[in-house]
Amino acid sequence: MSLLDMSSGGPSLWAPEWLPRLPQRLVEMLLQYFGAPEWLVTTAGWITAAATVVGVFLGGFALLSLVERKTLARVQNRLGPNRAGWFGILQPVADGIKMLTKEDIVPAKAEWLLHLAAPILIVMPSILALGVIPYGREWTPVPLELGLLFFFSVGAFTELAVFMAGWASGSKFPMLGAMRAISQMVSYELPLIITTVGVVMITGSLALSDIVEHQVGFHLGFIPKWNIFTPWGFSAGIVFYIASIAEANRCPFDLPEGESEIVAGHMTEYSGFKYALFFMGEYLGLFAISGLGITLFLGGWQAPLPGLGFVPSWIWFFAKLVVVIMSYLWIRATFPRVRIDQLMRFAWLCMLPMALLTIPAAGIWVFTANPDGSHGILGWLTTVPLLLIPWIIITIIFNRRISPATRSYTFADS
Amino acid sequence: MEPSADIKRLPAPARWSIPGIGLLKGMVVTAQNMIQSYYRKERMTTVQYPEERAPISPNFRNFPFLCYDGEDPKAGLRCTACTICETECPPQCIYIVLERDANGKSLKRPKVFDIDVSVCMNCGICAEVCPFDSIYMDGEYELSKQDRFNGLLFHLDRLAKSADYHMKLRPKEAGEVAARRKVEVDKKRAVQAAKDAKAQTDKDMAKPEPTTKGEPA
Repeated sequence: MSLLDMSSGGPSLWAPEWLPRLPQRLVEMLLQYFGAPEWLVTTAGWITAAATVVGVFLGGFALLSLVERKTLARVQNRLGPNRAGWFGILQPVADGIKMLTKEDIVPAKAEWLLHLAAPILIVMPSILALGVIPYGREWTPVPLELGLLFFFSVGAFTELAVFMAGWASGSKFPMLGAMRAISQMVSYELPLIITTVGVVMITGSLALSDIVEHQVGFHLGFIPKWNIFTPWGFSAGIVFYIASIAEANRCPFDLPEGESEIVAGHMTEYSGFKYALFFMGEYLGLFAISGLGITLFLGGWQAPLPGLGFVPSWIWFFAKLVVVIMSYLWIRATFPRVRIDQLMRFAWLCMLPMALLTIPAAGIWVFTANPDGSHGILGWLTTVPLLLIPWIIITIIFNRRISPATRSYTFADS
Repeated sequence: MEPSADIKRLPAPARWSIPGIGLLKGMVVTAQNMIQSYYRKERMTTVQYPEERAPISPNFRNFPFLCYDGEDPKAGLRCTACTICETECPPQCIYIVLERDANGKSLKRPKVFDIDVSVCMNCGICAEVCPFDSIYMDGEYELSKQDRFNGLLFHLDRLAKSADYHMKLRPKEAGEVAARRKVEVDKKRAVQAAKDAKAQTDKDMAKPEPTTKGEPA
């Protein structure tokens, strides 16, 4: 409770906790010193805060593009980029220069306005979504009351942008990619959002900072009270994790791109900086969705063990982010792409029921809680079978292999 | 028709295992790959090209070069400018001019020996027909040039390479050639020595005549 008081009360005096907000404070103080009006000070402060977040994540995007290539190379027993700078550290810069200096080609049959708007609109929701995530005890760029709702409502815009890109390109591969993207994203957005309902029920708030503060503390003195360590939270976390891979169009759910099948999916007709924007949007979306997953299930900015509270909270957040992103890379390095019918079957047969089951499980978890908020054996005895038995049934059903229907073409076979 | 009638059901797996265990096994394999790539040298099979090169096979044959014995490429050149290779070359990429002294007598060496590498098709006929063990196929592969006309027209100084280079490139073939040439040279030297000795004796015998003839003058 003391931690909660500290975060809701005045700012902690320790400097590193404030470090990410330092640019904002500096700009505000500078403008106040020169006697700028109140609205200007506030606006400039907001813009600086936003620029800090965008800057951090654009740097992260550049770094991730290198780390991803290096990691995948190591898994395949190669070295990866090692020419530009020390250990290839300048590779993102070289890529950026290459992308910027490339010719921007708009196909003759493209709807030029939509073709131009799509890459911009794909980056925008990712950046907006990054704004509401609490990165540290003192660092939530936009502390919205309905942060979770805001996150998903702007996140849904990505689908529109992807379809815009596919349709406006006026070509076949982008169209196929966009259709795949829509069917995939709509199917996986459902379990993704449903799993968060349990978290909202437990917390009783849609504000992401409240959700983090609800996970403060430790069971038995060393197990963090994160949502992932409850039966319903474990189930919801796994479903959320798989759905977030699919939402971010990452391997093994990268059907919308499908390099080996449909060139680059909705990005086929893009080149130069617009293509780079698609990549940026994809990686920023990855950061946003993993940041949300950390906030909802992995305790946000909190230390994983007691006694580690002296490390600034935002460092814990980014450490968790690195772990989650590396797990995405690991999965990408391991699994081949799934087929579209496998993807759909998995979403509707496996993910959706499990996501729906987390809601009653979370409800039971709330009602079986002791008056002081701790959970006895009753909660575990009721929620674990509720989730485990359907999971076994679903896996037995799912284990029956189904091959796609053999089609016969009347005119081709004769 | 029922939609399910289209779906062909494969037989169920022989035994039921924990779902996801196969995925985890795969992830362990990739993790091993990644971690072992840092300390097991035999995993990293890629040759880092500009810094290190894979050894080329003696069977690798690229554009021709001219072989010379000894240190001086001009004096030791085996080529006698016989122009057999020039005549045989299918794409006609060899150009030879015989060097003559002031009196127009052949010096049995090329004044100009040019090979247009942009025309050469690496057939190796020149190396096969050469009766003087002079022209061989090279093992060079970094031949890109900024200037595709003059840069790829190789002159004598570019083409001449020592017998040691040949020995290093193709030890077996060069060793055979060297042994054969040594026998020939020895034979020639013996013949020459005999000829010289004969000439010397002739000279010695003829010597008194001019001296006697010159005395009155």
